[in-house]
Amino acid sequence: MDALPAALGAAALLLLLLTVRLLLARRNSSPRTAPLSLLVVAGSGGHTTEILRLLSSLSQSYSPRHYIFADSDIMSEDKILTFEQKRAETFSNSQFTLNRIPRCREVRQSWSSSVLTTLYSILYSFPLTFRLKPDLILCNGPGTCVPVCISALLLEILALKKVIIVYVESICRVETLSLSGKILYYFSDYFIVQWPALKEKYPKSIYLGRIV
Amino acid sequence: MKSAFVTVGTTSFEELIAAVTAPETLQVLRSLGYGRLVLQVGRGAAAPARFRTAAFTLEVFRFKESLAEELERADLVISHAGAGTCLETLEKGKPLLVVVNEKLMNNHQLELARQLYRDGHLFYCTCSTLLESLKSINLSTLKPFPPGQPEKFAAFLDRVIGFE
Repeated sequence: MDALPAALGAAALLLLLLTVRLLLARRNSSPRTAPLSLLVVAGSGGHTTEILRLLSSLSQSYSPRHYIFADSDIMSEDKILTFEQKRAETFSNSQFTLNRIPRCREVRQSWSSSVLTTLYSILYSFPLTFRLKPDLILCNGPGTCVPVCISALLLEILALKKVIIVYVESICRVETLSLSGKILYYFSDYFIVQWPALKEKYPKSIYLGRIV
Repeated sequence: MKSAFVTVGTTSFEELIAAVTAPETLQVLRSLGYGRLVLQVGRGAAAPARFRTAAFTLEVFRFKESLAEELERADLVISHAGAGTCLETLEKGKPLLVVVNEKLMNNHQLELARQLYRDGHLFYCTCSTLLESLKSINLSTLKPFPPGQPEKFAAFLDRVIGFE
């Protein structure tokens, strides 16, 4: 397959989404009522560990938690199950689901072929996001989170559901954003970084200290 | 008898496994008082064979559900720069030597290792400087690593969502 038309198509799609995003602006939504359904994008290794740390402090109002992870991921499912079993000991009404989608980008994959696999992932994640209709998406940088967030924006464009997107950049990122971060800086409602140097470079970001 | 644990994470890092099992590295580890070396080799094609002598044990495995037990037993952790392993190791108060994989795209892993090194929480090196680092580092100079504060994130989220 030729990567260039696909890359141009993806760029056009992102531009369209960005325009819509700016037109909709960030609405001051009225206070939400609990429970609030949460879509959590997990990723291999450190990403999953970090996102579970973030989830560990959330109250039982954040339920159910729908986890999405790449189908080639080996360790995430086990980590999530261990985490949820522990959580169920504290909260009796704990609810969660596990959902797999094709992997968006392998560690050593080139960027042009990443565009193709990302488009393919969007085809998979849109019906999933549509079915789950989360109130909030929490993600922290695995490639999988880009198609999932784009799907959520499509839901918003189609006026099907307003989804709050919260992006937390990985603790790994001290001075530069990840590729997912660079894209979702423009599409997230709240963009959190964990090192002061990034807050300085990206003024829209939020710095709460080290939170994982 | 001290124990060292080497971990490469969810993918592979064959250069690290090769460097740490080179005869001269094993000799340095033994001279530093390590009698047990445990390798988590991940998807790496070549897994070294385990062996056991009176003075030294080499254990090898690919994956385990949790590395907590191995980290707990270790007196020194030699690790790739993955955030999960770094944080878990530092939180257990274990001395950590991070070996940076220079072949990874963009090499962003360097950022965290360099910062934590600057803050005095770990040592870092590359595969080619591993042997030299093992000889020269003084583990007692490392600073304790304070825990992260996910409760601040929860408070922030409750506030922006309107759960107050």
